[in-house]
Amino acid sequence: MTDTVQSSAPLAGARGPSDFAVRIRRSAEYIFIPLIALIGAAILFSLFLILVGKSPLDFFAYVWRGGFGTSFSFQNTLQRSAPLIFTALAVAIPARIGLVMIGGEGGLVIGGFAAAALAVPLVPILPPFPMLVVMALTAMLTGGIWIGICGFLRYARGVNETISSLLLTYIGIAIMNFFVEGVLRDASNPNKPSTKPIGEAYMVSKIPGTDVHWGFAVGILLAIFLYVLMSRTTFGFAARITGGNPRAALAQGLPVGKLIVACTMIAGACAGLAGFFEVAAIQGRANASLVAGYGFTGILVSFLARHNPLAIVPVAIMFGGIVASGGLVERRMGLPDATVLVLQGFIFVVLLVSETLYGRFKIFQVKPEADRT
Amino acid sequence: MNGALATVLIAMLGGAIRVSTPFMFVALGECLTEKSGRINLGLEGTLVLGAMVGYAISYHTGSPWLGVLAAGCSGTVLGAIHGYVCKLPRVNDVAIGISMMLFGTGMAFFFGKPYIQPSAPRLSSIPLGDWTGNRELAQALQVNPLFFLGIAIAFLMWWGFRNTRWGLIVRMTGDSSASARAMGVSVDLVRFLATSCGGFLAGVGGAFLSLYYPGSWNQGLSSGQGLMAVALVIFARWHPLRCVLAALLFGAAGAIGPALQSVGITQGYYFFNAAPYILTLLILIGSSGSGRAARDVPGELSITR
Repeated sequence: MTDTVQSSAPLAGARGPSDFAVRIRRSAEYIFIPLIALIGAAILFSLFLILVGKSPLDFFAYVWRGGFGTSFSFQNTLQRSAPLIFTALAVAIPARIGLVMIGGEGGLVIGGFAAAALAVPLVPILPPFPMLVVMALTAMLTGGIWIGICGFLRYARGVNETISSLLLTYIGIAIMNFFVEGVLRDASNPNKPSTKPIGEAYMVSKIPGTDVHWGFAVGILLAIFLYVLMSRTTFGFAARITGGNPRAALAQGLPVGKLIVACTMIAGACAGLAGFFEVAAIQGRANASLVAGYGFTGILVSFLARHNPLAIVPVAIMFGGIVASGGLVERRMGLPDATVLVLQGFIFVVLLVSETLYGRFKIFQVKPEADRT
Repeated sequence: MNGALATVLIAMLGGAIRVSTPFMFVALGECLTEKSGRINLGLEGTLVLGAMVGYAISYHTGSPWLGVLAAGCSGTVLGAIHGYVCKLPRVNDVAIGISMMLFGTGMAFFFGKPYIQPSAPRLSSIPLGDWTGNRELAQALQVNPLFFLGIAIAFLMWWGFRNTRWGLIVRMTGDSSASARAMGVSVDLVRFLATSCGGFLAGVGGAFLSLYYPGSWNQGLSSGQGLMAVALVIFARWHPLRCVLAALLFGAAGAIGPALQSVGITQGYYFFNAAPYILTLLILIGSSGSGRAARDVPGELSITR
């Protein structure tokens, strides 16, 4: 976790170039290297497609057409990027405090399920808007507790949070299946085990003039809010110190345990909100469709955005487009539905390999020694 | 009721033997990798890719054992990529593991699509229980040779870590890379080889899934077994023989659901399906904070701080 504030301030004073210029150069590196990684992954993936006898040009043309080319497809993309923003935030916030959490899928499923389960008895009592608020809060709380468990276990027992969060994902999916196929099953829907629908009148509406539900706007607002929280408040500063050096944080008297639990609970609340919007804006009920892999794509989005909440929004839109165009690509080119997964795998591996490039390009450095952050 | 209990217990015994084998291979592979001081979280992807490759090769050549070998080789490739990439400066082995999980699974699903329908020759088993004269027990004791191979590898690793030069080098690399360097050992090379061999074992574990039990290839074949095996290594405190015992325990836990179903208890089937995950989590909670784990952990490992 490189810290721009820490690293640039003393340099600027000592060596002359203004604070602003140093910052620009450094941020340029953070944009330039992920871009190299994306291009590298695209080249490798093209070679892969050529090896299996398909045209990479066709592939990227279809991704463009299916994800971004028309107003209809772009709105579909925005719709799909909404859960990705939330699940990526669920990775980014713990990453700031030094934790690698991959349980966003579990938080999404358990949060969405809790919201849908609560809606069943509440529909006759509450009018739509208060009920949606109650559902959203339930999803955030459930998801928050779910992922918060991992943070607590990490602090209290030293349990590896990467493994525990993925285990809790499987447990969360099992819990939803248990209820959805059992006591909460909607008997009138024999084909697919689901909870009772929350009802058309209670669904989250579209942003006026578009086909995109409000979850997308909420996602952007949340990303801005969390950016401010993590980079402009004492809470965020303390969290980043803990992420950089837990021992130093403890020595400073920072409440490391509380910070870890708070960050993981915020992450869980984000994942839970993703589940809430999937239930209340797309599916209308909780069922196996919630397990759509948004949590896992969110991990990639957050890493590509370098765990920066603001950068997550455009990256999520890009991946929303890739996911949205998947169906078109598969139908037109006769490729298996795992093609998008392979592309994501290429991007992820190349991106992580590109981490080794930081500090190697002189142009971004004020002086060669400056890469010791 | 007594009869039903016996049926459940026998089914759990059979399940423990059948279900434990992939856990055992992945756990031994991870044990080797972690002993050298590196963590490979991507073995879940290796397991799935191994299952697909093993099944495909068995289908094309008609020889399931060739499939097992090919699965191991595919695992070696993934392990080698992981091992090579991790030695670059600033590259995080935990994150690379997650990405390799995604990459391996994606590759397996991509190339595995044509093999979901056709049926490939499976591995045969050794009937060890025919003498009992009990049909259920005889069925439970149909043991696959890979099970014994896994136990043999565990003993070999246990002996090798204690008594051979190679074992000492791997342990030294894992405990203190500085002393390894001082002895003139190439830390990167040792870790690269350990990760590749670990990948081979995990690939073989995947072939067991598709070629013996459950014995077919589909996209839902593995759900977290590879990752649970990583947790299991922590529980086994990086000891190959304890890895085998832990794998048997996990196998028995995984067999509870199907065993109860076989005597007509279907209530809470999904809950029992979750049993292995819950057990893993509890075991992690129990073993992570303990002083004994802290004593046995390889010094260079980043997973338990």
